[in-house]
Amino acid sequence: MPTYQELKAEADSRWMALVSEKPWIRVGAAMCGQAAGALETLAALKSRLTARGIDANLDAVGCLGLCFAEPIVDILLPGGSRLLFSNAGPDAARRIIDSYVAEGRIPDGNVLGYLGSPVDGAPDLTSLPGMRLQKRIALRNAGHVAPGDAYQYLANGGYSALRRALSVMKPADVIQAVIDSGLRGRGGAAFSTGIKWSFLVRSPGPPKYILCNCEEGDPGAFNDKGILESDPHMLLEGMSLAGYATGATNGIVFIRHGHDGPIDRTEKAIEQAYDLGLLGDDILNTGWSFDVEVSLTGESYVSGEETALMDAVEGKRAMPRFRPPFPAQVGVWGKPTNINNVKTLSYAPSIIADGSESFSEIGVNKSTGTAIICLSGHIRRPGLYEVPMGMTLGEVVNDIGGGVPGGKKLKMLQTGGPLGGLLGAESLNIRLDFDEMRQAGAILGSGGIIVADEDTCAVDMTRVLVAFCQYESCGKCFPCRMGMEHLLEIIERIARFESRPGDAELMRSVGETMEGASLCGHGQLGFGPIRSAFQHFEEDFRMHIDERRCPTGSCLRPALEIRNTRPYAVDFTPAAMPEPAGAANV
Amino acid sequence: MVETAQLSSDAGGINDRVREAISSGKRPTRTILSSLLAVHDELGYLPDEAIRETAAIFDTTINEVWGVASFYTNFRFTPPGRHVVEVCWGPTCHLAGAPALIDSIQHMLRLSGEGDTEDGGVSLKYNTCLGACAQPPVLSIDHHLVGRLTADSAARAVSRVLDGA
Ligand SMILES: Cc1cc2nc3c(=O)[nH]c(=O)nc-3n(C[C@H](O)[C@H](O)[C@H](O)COP(=O)(O)O)c2cc1C
Ligand code: FES
Repeated sequence: MPTYQELKAEADSRWMALVSEKPWIRVGAAMCGQAAGALETLAALKSRLTARGIDANLDAVGCLGLCFAEPIVDILLPGGSRLLFSNAGPDAARRIIDSYVAEGRIPDGNVLGYLGSPVDGAPDLTSLPGMRLQKRIALRNAGHVAPGDAYQYLANGGYSALRRALSVMKPADVIQAVIDSGLRGRGGAAFSTGIKWSFLVRSPGPPKYILCNCEEGDPGAFNDKGILESDPHMLLEGMSLAGYATGATNGIVFIRHGHDGPIDRTEKAIEQAYDLGLLGDDILNTGWSFDVEVSLTGESYVSGEETALMDAVEGKRAMPRFRPPFPAQVGVWGKPTNINNVKTLSYAPSIIADGSESFSEIGVNKSTGTAIICLSGHIRRPGLYEVPMGMTLGEVVNDIGGGVPGGKKLKMLQTGGPLGGLLGAESLNIRLDFDEMRQAGAILGSGGIIVADEDTCAVDMTRVLVAFCQYESCGKCFPCRMGMEHLLEIIERIARFESRPGDAELMRSVGETMEGASLCGHGQLGFGPIRSAFQHFEEDFRMHIDERRCPTGSCLRPALEIRNTRPYAVDFTPAAMPEPAGAANV
Repeated sequence: MVETAQLSSDAGGINDRVREAISSGKRPTRTILSSLLAVHDELGYLPDEAIRETAAIFDTTINEVWGVASFYTNFRFTPPGRHVVEVCWGPTCHLAGAPALIDSIQHMLRLSGEGDTEDGGVSLKYNTCLGACAQPPVLSIDHHLVGRLTADSAARAVSRVLDGA
């Protein structure tokens, strides 16, 4: 197997060739890009290049984060700067080939910005507000490198942290560096990653597992999938570092079935890492071995909960387990296991390569490093942004996101996924800080921020969130299963202007029971959206309850019939197969 | 107690297809769930035979396998329509007009909820989030994501696929 130096030399020479020999055309084709038409753009570029006999490299890359500008076509002419074009549908793509690639003439319209030395008539991409305020660590390669190409990752400093760890650091040094960085888990609970890793060290093995959680069922969050689609090698390197630090032997990347982009790109990256000796036996000729594979789950939000996740990996119903024993003692297949989120693990390479201070000096209080934010909803520039912790919600929404479009006022922010909370416009000075957000009754969670304008009804929005939580309750514990059902019934009553006296108190009492008695975070946090909505938008609720009207009229529309009862196993007779989960019933 | 699973004799080739999907899919099928996913990818649904075969392969009960199959909401148990359309009702898409979009598609397909059109052309499914929240509202047609839709353009996108079929 090649040594690191050999790999790096090969990567550098390939990179030199890539940027200097012929035009290099990159198209952002992560899920957000695809939804904006990136595949059609790619096809148009390809056929135009062929038709005109132009020899160029064409790569489908990941997400640059500027989703509002997609599809983005990014062109590097040999010896020139990178010029990026926005909203480049097939027609624009053909125009770009004809004038820019063929003749070096910048076409009118669609120019987003340049990277590198200045290009006349184009703004500096890094000076745009969406980029300027970012601090990209885990996303530093996103949109820049072809995700399935380990050489491109290597050329940009990839795998240097793993090499450093394997050659000059003891496993305990790696753990200490992660502790010193202050890194806390980005999957929701914000627990110290280094300390979590140290639990696994003490457990016996082999085998011991590093499980990477890319379930990401939170509506409004696409950053984990974004990393896998944009730079899967960074995650693989992070998992290897976790494996080395903890003495684990196997890594499993857990992804929701159906998200083909992230799955395919991760599988391809794994295959390539094996081919290059970056995974498998005797990694980088150091004698250390580590295996990684992908495991798919079906659709179930709770399968993202760490103990349910282990059952899903084992192929069972994804239902949370009782703790103790904790995963570090008895985890997947009964073996010691460490579970981390994609973002958490993707920070590890930078922390090891650049030192813990490079991470700990960013941020505020006990929230170090960056937050990877998925900004969506009523916002001018929706996208995937990596910003320093400590930035205020207002800066994220207004400076980066460009504020609410159409001259409307901001009414609410929904943060941290469906179990998070609703915040009002007065919350814009809250900082991205795990603890400050929690105190405000919201959570940073997975990093989703959904913005809603003044024409949004808080009851309607809450109803959608509660419908989600009911739909996704796994059914194992009674407080969550029945509680979510009751909460949804009541909120639907309120939305239909049929609330009964005492409904608000009833919700509180059901919700507080769930908080105290549910087995996992789903039930424990399931009342959060309602509580925060009541706190910040009492007026909307009062209007539905007392005046029997909706401030925006959105509650006049009948709600979708979405109810899930995940049935317990029943006697199976083909003729009388019960209604499957997911069928609209009740 | 529970029934024991048996390998049933082949009913018109479906057993073979199920076995084939489990044994030679592109991913390892070491667990009940991964086997069911492999069959579902191949056939678009889980026939009774898939439940039986999986139980036989893993030397477990039909109940156990059915328990897994009925838990994950992506599984269906009857053959799907020629095209599968998934519409997102997640909060971002909701804010961006998913309810009107869903209405318009349902109106066009003469459906009142999830389900299959009478002619078997389309299976309509709700999805909690298709992962492209920055381009709402979003739907997917045969796994191809389409975003930035309106009620009208969504209906047109679906009917284009139907006409092309
Ligand atoms: C209902 C529920 C769903 C969850 N879903 C996810 C998820 O999709 N991804 C994730 O990383 N963590 C999720 N978590 C949190 C995990 O249980 C776990 O805390 C996390 O994966 C640990 O990784 P970290 O230490 O890197 O944050 C979920 C928790 C609950 C209660
Ligand atoms: S909420 Fe619709 S794609 Fe995420």
